[in-house]
Amino acid sequence: MDIRVQTAPFDLGAEANAFAARQSGMGAVVTFSGIVRDLGGDLQAMEIEHYPGMTESALQEIAEQARARWQIGDALILHRYGRLAPDEMIMMVATSARHRHDAFQAAEFLMDYLKSRAPFWKKEVTGAGAEWVAARDADEDALARW
Amino acid sequence: MDVLYFAWVRERIGHPKDRIETPPATVMDLVEDLRAREDRYAAAFADLSALRVAVDQELADFDAPLSGVREVAFFPPMTGG
Repeated sequence: MDIRVQTAPFDLGAEANAFAARQSGMGAVVTFSGIVRDLGGDLQAMEIEHYPGMTESALQEIAEQARARWQIGDALILHRYGRLAPDEMIMMVATSARHRHDAFQAAEFLMDYLKSRAPFWKKEVTGAGAEWVAARDADEDALARW
Repeated sequence: MDVLYFAWVRERIGHPKDRIETPPATVMDLVEDLRAREDRYAAAFADLSALRVAVDQELADFDAPLSGVREVAFFPPMTGG
């Protein structure tokens, strides 16, 4: 399993291809990427803070849970922190499995868990100032289905 | 023991870290000690339902014991992804 927490941008296509190339006997690779979105029309930047040390161990733990629950070959979680501009990629996950169901399910599980269980915090910087993004109840509720 | 603050908890308190020489018995006791320090701590810890706590980098409850613990962190609910 490949867990990376970094400030640097990443190339989604290159990462997806490299991930797929590392697999053997896997019929399915699923990728998801999260992108900074400008809902209000005046977003200047998204600042992402994290808890070094705990972030890596929490992501590792989430990936191990996914591997225990579904028949997956491998998982990649890559998450950026620092200052990001609108439309930049924040993060990606990739999963591989013999069959697509396991790859899709594991990728969704990784996303649901890392949204509310990995120690990242987002702050939106607009012309009006900076504001921490509030956690959504829906994100917490999403964990109940697993 | 190190006490770390993240996101708006850090901003409200004004610094990222405090060092506590003699840890109290539980996280809740630590919260009470911090609240008593200064107004900015009392403000940061006013509503515990808005806070999460990690003990030695694992999510924990406010009644978690602190014996032998090296690091406690307080932060708002996480917003990754």
